[in-house]
Amino acid sequence: MNPHNKSIEELKDIASQVRRDIVRMVHAVNSGHPGGSLGCTDYFVSLYFKLMNYSTDFKMNGEGEDLFFLSNGHISPVWYSTLARAGFFDVKELATFRKLNSRLQGHPATEEGLEGIRIASGSLGQGLSVAVGAAQTKKLNKDNNLVYVLMGDGEVEEGQVWEAAMYAAHHKVDNIIATIDRNGQQIDGSTEEVMNLGSLRAKFEAFGWTVLEADGNNFETLIPGLQQAKAETGKGKPVMLLMNTEMGFGVDFMMGSHKWHGVAPNDEQLEIALQQLAVEQASDY
Amino acid sequence: MKDFPFTEKKDTRSGFGAGLLELGRTNPNVVGLCADLTGSLKMDAFQKEFPERFFQVGIAEANMMGLAAGMTIGGKIPFTGTFANFSTGRVYDQIRQSIAYSGKNVKICASHAGLTLGEDGATHQILEDLGMMRMLPHMTVINPCDYNQTKAATIAIAEHEGPVYLRFGRPVIPNFTPADQKFEIGKALMLNEGTDVSIFATGHLVWKAILAGHILAEKGINAEIINIHTIKPLDAEAIMKSVAKTGCAVTAEEHNRFGGLGDAIAQVLISNTPVPQEYVAVNDTFGESGTPDQLMEKYGLTENDIVTAAERAISRKNK
Repeated sequence: MNPHNKSIEELKDIASQVRRDIVRMVHAVNSGHPGGSLGCTDYFVSLYFKLMNYSTDFKMNGEGEDLFFLSNGHISPVWYSTLARAGFFDVKELATFRKLNSRLQGHPATEEGLEGIRIASGSLGQGLSVAVGAAQTKKLNKDNNLVYVLMGDGEVEEGQVWEAAMYAAHHKVDNIIATIDRNGQQIDGSTEEVMNLGSLRAKFEAFGWTVLEADGNNFETLIPGLQQAKAETGKGKPVMLLMNTEMGFGVDFMMGSHKWHGVAPNDEQLEIALQQLAVEQASDY
Repeated sequence: MKDFPFTEKKDTRSGFGAGLLELGRTNPNVVGLCADLTGSLKMDAFQKEFPERFFQVGIAEANMMGLAAGMTIGGKIPFTGTFANFSTGRVYDQIRQSIAYSGKNVKICASHAGLTLGEDGATHQILEDLGMMRMLPHMTVINPCDYNQTKAATIAIAEHEGPVYLRFGRPVIPNFTPADQKFEIGKALMLNEGTDVSIFATGHLVWKAILAGHILAEKGINAEIINIHTIKPLDAEAIMKSVAKTGCAVTAEEHNRFGGLGDAIAQVLISNTPVPQEYVAVNDTFGESGTPDQLMEKYGLTENDIVTAAERAISRKNK
């Protein structure tokens, strides 16, 4: 059971609030990664407020619940905000993001004991392996819950991703739903310029995965896409959802460019962003 | 000088395999992962008896480390198996982020460490692994000396919560540790009490230290020999107690002189009461092809090298 199970209308409001948190968090410390965070906000809100079965009474071993792993750890702002808004910890703690002695490290970590985080990530390409391992432990434990993992699209340039992809299909790890944030951007430019990814669908299908696609910035298509992915689990193949998103979604001047990958807005830009991310009843931390 | 009788020579990797098999029978949470070296790691008995708890990863060590980290979530205790080279340098960042920094209960089991791998040559003869693993916060680093001790260590690390690097090797060597000796992580083992020089040895060099002890005894030198099977956490108390008596130290390891046992002990000495210390280690070079015995001789890791180092340490103390 999802502890919130919100309607699509409610999800939209939550997503706007999360986006407000993201731009305020990165603005406050003049560092962090707003672009990918904003692009993936609807995905995080869908998982934590609609689809995933979990308890906010966090336990590292995660038995009896769905697990989520973030492989592209640099989009930590969206995860921290979502976790706080979902009830894992006080939203006030978002104000400590990237500051000294914070549990909200620049990239997600377990060392400070932040509820909701089960592995450190940031050095790319490792999360799929971790998620596949956790999924196999679920099978050994006869735990029928699912494991979700999100990766960036530039991240699949890391070879370890393909080691894990080959392994998951070989071992029939069919209780995992991997998602690639297909925003087409990475630090040095578009993925096509930096390293042409070609057809990710063809590549993952060739590796033995079930591959689905969804628009990641539209709940009307993303929720059914994730539900379809769920329906494809348990059929002997790992499931990949290629999620088309726009980097910086929701803030017009951040959209569609790699330039906001790791840059924070200034005071003026923050004001414009917050105006664009209006919520009926904003509850900023 | 005490005698250390043994009935047979065995390889430490077989001690690992036997320990893992016993763990399979006694601890249902223990799982094995191997990167296409099941026979070399002696994991085949575990694989045969517990196929549902054994995971063939193929030649993909980075993935293996990530898988192992993930498998701990839900209570499994993964033992990864591959050569020491592919257990460390090849996957350092995976171990650093997904295992050590994340505090995961993974046991990284590494065979064919050091020069005694032999003919395969320097590509496979890692001499830097102890240093790399020592530098990682949260990591426990263990290098047992013979078959029985490797078996006991394998069983012991399953009871220890946290990441462990367990290093062992390929050649057959005297199996002299009592089969019923319990393995205590972080506790140095006194092998021979002496008064003239402390010889701290780890792994395959422990037996060489015993041989050296006999040669020194014939020369009238009374060597204290201590088996440092756990390099991190290091038993500083035992080290300081020994050098307080002998006044000088020799460290012996099948590893580069940088970053291994010698440096670990030097840190303890300089932070307490410094005494002369001599290293028996590889002198900042790569290995090469050859038989294990030829290589140990060429690179200065024999009992005679330990004897020479002991005499040097003693002479420095008397200056």
